[in-house]
Amino acid sequence: MLLWRRLAALRGERAPRRFRAGGPRPGPRPGPGPGSGSGSGSGSGSGRTIDGGGAPRPLYMDVQATTPLDPRVLDSMLPYLTAYYGNPHSRTHAYGWESEAAMEKARRQVADLIGADSREIIFTSGATESNNMAIKGVARFYKSRKKHIITTQTEHKCVLDSCRSLETEGFRITYLPVKKNGLIDLKELEAAFQPDTSLVSVMTVNNEIGVKQPIHDIGEICRAHKVFFHTDAAQAIGKIPMDVNNMKIDLMSISGHKIYGPKGVGALYVRRRPRVRLEPLQSGGGQERGLRSGTVPTPLAVGLGAACDVAQQEMEYDHKRISQLAERLVTKIMSEVPDVVMNGDQKHRYPGCINLSFAYVEGESLLMALKDVALSSGSACTSASLEPSYVLRAIGTDEDLAHSSIRFGIGRFTTEEEVDYTVQKCIQHVKRLREMSPLWEMVQDGIDLKSIKWTQH
Amino acid sequence: MAASSRSQVLRLYRALLREGQRFSSYGYRTYAIRRIKDAFRENKNITDSEKIEELLNKAKANLQVIQRQVC
Repeated sequence: MLLWRRLAALRGERAPRRFRAGGPRPGPRPGPGPGSGSGSGSGSGSGRTIDGGGAPRPLYMDVQATTPLDPRVLDSMLPYLTAYYGNPHSRTHAYGWESEAAMEKARRQVADLIGADSREIIFTSGATESNNMAIKGVARFYKSRKKHIITTQTEHKCVLDSCRSLETEGFRITYLPVKKNGLIDLKELEAAFQPDTSLVSVMTVNNEIGVKQPIHDIGEICRAHKVFFHTDAAQAIGKIPMDVNNMKIDLMSISGHKIYGPKGVGALYVRRRPRVRLEPLQSGGGQERGLRSGTVPTPLAVGLGAACDVAQQEMEYDHKRISQLAERLVTKIMSEVPDVVMNGDQKHRYPGCINLSFAYVEGESLLMALKDVALSSGSACTSASLEPSYVLRAIGTDEDLAHSSIRFGIGRFTTEEEVDYTVQKCIQHVKRLREMSPLWEMVQDGIDLKSIKWTQH
Repeated sequence: MAASSRSQVLRLYRALLREGQRFSSYGYRTYAIRRIKDAFRENKNITDSEKIEELLNKAKANLQVIQRQVC
């Protein structure tokens, strides 16, 4: 069947344009819930989406890396790419005014999603820039009196790297360890405060293991110590309810392309009361209250606003469905394959990000075997290296399990069929790879791998 | 619900499904169909005419979005 489909695809124009091309009506699909447990995967051909060029593409299960643009978002952006091309900072003519109005509407949409005032939103090029701006900006502004910053070991690379570069400028950084479940220990956070701490930066939802830090409690602690609290909410915004006032957040990084918006745009929330001051990274025309010079890209900002608006409307619906699909994926894999470990806390997590370690299987070879499913072993930024993820090492995962981890991402456009196909392929290949593995054989013979002394030559 | 309104809702429902079916991308197409069905089912018992009017306008706006975006 699969082979036939490949051949069909090779023939070029004859390739079916539609996934499971079955006429205009949707075919019967397996009902939700664990009822159809044995019938995982509705035919071996269902793993391929065929779009555009006719080449079969893997199905997409990596929504933590990026998400497809929602058609509603694209629809709102298009007029600003063609008809309304004015510079939103032009004050002398109608072209500028209409762009400015659209930009301000988008700013309000972003602000509404997080319970902020629209004047507190700064458009940036993405969450990386927002994180850099927040961390370096706050640290440098208050550097005469405050020289200490607290963050965690499981932050995104851009936060850790910003902190590294601040270390070379003479700042002291505390990298808080995390517990086995990926959450920080609030007592350790309390103990880490120093008289000259200026900023605490803790991400809301981890991009690799999906754990959700206790942002509310961290916010309270930071407010009590009169220290600014920054959170990287790129993976959380629009997916779980966030409120900057309720959670006592002073700075928050937002990304467009993680919430079905366009790539190349993001936002930074900067609290006005009590006022947080930053030293801008970029010098120039003084746009965005002087914090981020450079023309705001109107279509991208409009897209970010629309994505936030859609996310707000769809949050409950999406969350319910994503939880259902995640449950389906995890229970099916866990029931069919032994020795699978789910990384990160079971309860305090965002369900759409599932990180599983398949013991005795090499993660990279599993990824290679699952070539018709787009998956990743960790964050996209580090996916080129074969090193095990630093996040998994920080939560104390054994080296061998860290090497065998795969991240499954479920999003708004993921279907039951895609989940079932992934599960079926995953089970099949894990079993196959384990059959070949001498380690697995030893375990089956009752040998404890930890007791083996591997001699080094 | 008035009879005219009922047929209007059904007409809109059918039009949305028909247009949603035209998305060439598998993900968008299945999402559109699923979301449209779920939204209409979720709101099928609403009797408040103002609320119905509001939802109808939302559906019309979404129909236009789909019509512009399918290709």
